[in-house]
Amino acid sequence: MDDNALIPHLFRTEYRNIVSVLSYLFGIQHIEVAEDLVSDTFLTATEHWSLHGVPDNPTAWLYTVAKNKTRNYLKRNTLFEQRLSPELRYTAEKAEELDLDLSVKNIADSQLAMMFTICNPVNSGESQVALALNLLCGFGTQEIADAFLTNKEVIYKRLSRAKEKLKEANIRIEQPTLTEINARLSTVLTTLYLLFSEGYYSTSQNTTLRKGLCAEAMRLCALLIDNAITNKPPVNALLALMCFHASRFDARVDEHGDSILYQDQDVTLWNRELIDRGTYFLNAASTGTEVTRYHLEAGIAYWHTQREDTAEKWENILSLYNDLLILEYSPIAALNRTFALSKAHGKEVAIVEAEKLKLTTNPFYYSLLGNLYTGIDNGLALQHFEKAASLSTSVADKATLQRTIARLPESQ
Amino acid sequence: MNEFLLIIHRDLISKDATPSPEQMQQSIKPFQDWLGGIAAQNKLVAPPRRWDVTGCRIVKQDNVVLNGPYAEIKESVGGMILIRANDYEEAVEIARGCPIIQWGAVVEVRMAMPTM
Repeated sequence: MDDNALIPHLFRTEYRNIVSVLSYLFGIQHIEVAEDLVSDTFLTATEHWSLHGVPDNPTAWLYTVAKNKTRNYLKRNTLFEQRLSPELRYTAEKAEELDLDLSVKNIADSQLAMMFTICNPVNSGESQVALALNLLCGFGTQEIADAFLTNKEVIYKRLSRAKEKLKEANIRIEQPTLTEINARLSTVLTTLYLLFSEGYYSTSQNTTLRKGLCAEAMRLCALLIDNAITNKPPVNALLALMCFHASRFDARVDEHGDSILYQDQDVTLWNRELIDRGTYFLNAASTGTEVTRYHLEAGIAYWHTQREDTAEKWENILSLYNDLLILEYSPIAALNRTFALSKAHGKEVAIVEAEKLKLTTNPFYYSLLGNLYTGIDNGLALQHFEKAASLSTSVADKATLQRTIARLPESQ
Repeated sequence: MNEFLLIIHRDLISKDATPSPEQMQQSIKPFQDWLGGIAAQNKLVAPPRRWDVTGCRIVKQDNVVLNGPYAEIKESVGGMILIRANDYEEAVEIARGCPIIQWGAVVEVRMAMPTM
C-alpha cells in the first residue's frame, strides 16, 4: 500500500484500537476524552508526517504519541485527581508512571469489553450498530451516514444520544463474566448480525463501504471466537453464516451495481475460501444442545453454497426454514420457506401455501407469487410482478422486477 | 384472532394401533412441513413440545397412581399445538392438514376462552 491508501487504513484500525484501550481504562463516563486524545494523536501524526514523511513503524509512532498525550492530559487535568482518578482501573499509578498498555492482548481485551458495553439494549439496534461502527470499527460519521443513507448530522446526533444513554445507565466497560455470558452474548450477536446485514443488504451503491461493514462484523465475531469465554456455539454459527453469505459478495452485483439473482450468478465468482471457513465454523457450532436462529440460518446458507438443485438440498432448506419459523416468525422467512417448498414439492403445492400467507403489503410476496405462477399462468405471473414493482420502494428491486417481466414468456 | 388448542389423539396402547411406529416415523417430515406451514402464516403461538409416552402416569382418586397412558379409552393424547385463528372454521382448516389423520389419529380443536 502506498501512503495515500495506508494512512486512512491505519487511522481506522488504530483509532478503534486506541479508543478501546483508553475507554477501557477511563470508563464510559469519559469516552469523549478517549476520542479526543485519539483524534489529537492523528492530527499530530498528519501534521508531522506531511513534513517529515511517514515513519518506519507508524503504528509504534502513533502509540508513543497517544501514550504521551494521555500522560500529559492526566497530569494537566485537575479533574483527574477528583473525578477521573477513582474510576481508573490502575488507581495506584500516578500519571507519570501510567503505562498505556497497547499490547495485542490488551487491545483485544479492550475491544471485547467495549463490544459488550456498546451492544446494550438501552439503545435501539440501529444506534448500537452506529456506535459499533464508530467506536469498535473506527468509522467516521460521514462513512456511517453513507452506510445508513442519511446525513452526517443525523448520525452525529444518534451517536451522541447513544453515548449519553450509556453514561446515564452507567454501563461498565468490563470483561463479561461466565455467569452472565449467555444473556449478554445474545445482545452482542444481534448487533453483529445487524451490522453484517447493514453491509450485505444495504441499498447503498458503495460496494467498498458495504464490504467494509461485512468485514468488520466478521472481525468482531472472530474476536469473540478467539476468547475462550465467548467462544460459544451460537458465535461460531453466526460467523459461519457470515462467511457463507460473504462468499457470494462478488457474484451478486454486476458491474453497474445491479443485483444478480442467485440462480443467475457466476459460480466461479463464489469465494471457495470463505465457503470452507464457513463450513469449519459451522462444524465448530455443532456442539451442545441449543439450536439458535444462527445455526438454522447458517445451515440454510450452507445449502445455498451447493449450486446443484438436488432434492436433498431443497428438502434440507425447507426443513431448516420450518424450524426457523417455528422458533421465530418473520415475513421474509415465511416467503423463503414457501420458495423452498416449491423447489422441494413443486409449484402447485407452493401456490396453495403462498396464498395463505396474505402478506399483501409486501412486494416480495408478489414477486414470490409471480415466480410461482411463471410457467403455470404467465398472465397471472405478470400481474403479480407488476403489483410487486408498484409496492417496491427500492430502485434496484424495481429494475430487477422489470427485467424479470421482460423475460416473461407472452401470456395467451 | 383467537387461540385454539389442537389436541392430537392417537392409539398408544393397542398392539396393532395405527398410526403404527413405522407410519409415525414416515410422517416426521410431513408433520414438520405442516407445522412449518402454520408457522409461516404466523399462526403458531408457541413452539410445540414433544411429549413423553413411555414414562406417563395416571393419577386417580384414593392415591392411586398408575403407569400410563390412560387405558380406559384407546385414544391418548399424542400431542398438543397452540395456534391462532379467526374462528373454528379456520382452525379446523388448519387441523385438517395434520398428516397422521389419514392413519386414524384424531385432532380435537378447542378454542381458548378470551380472558377478561
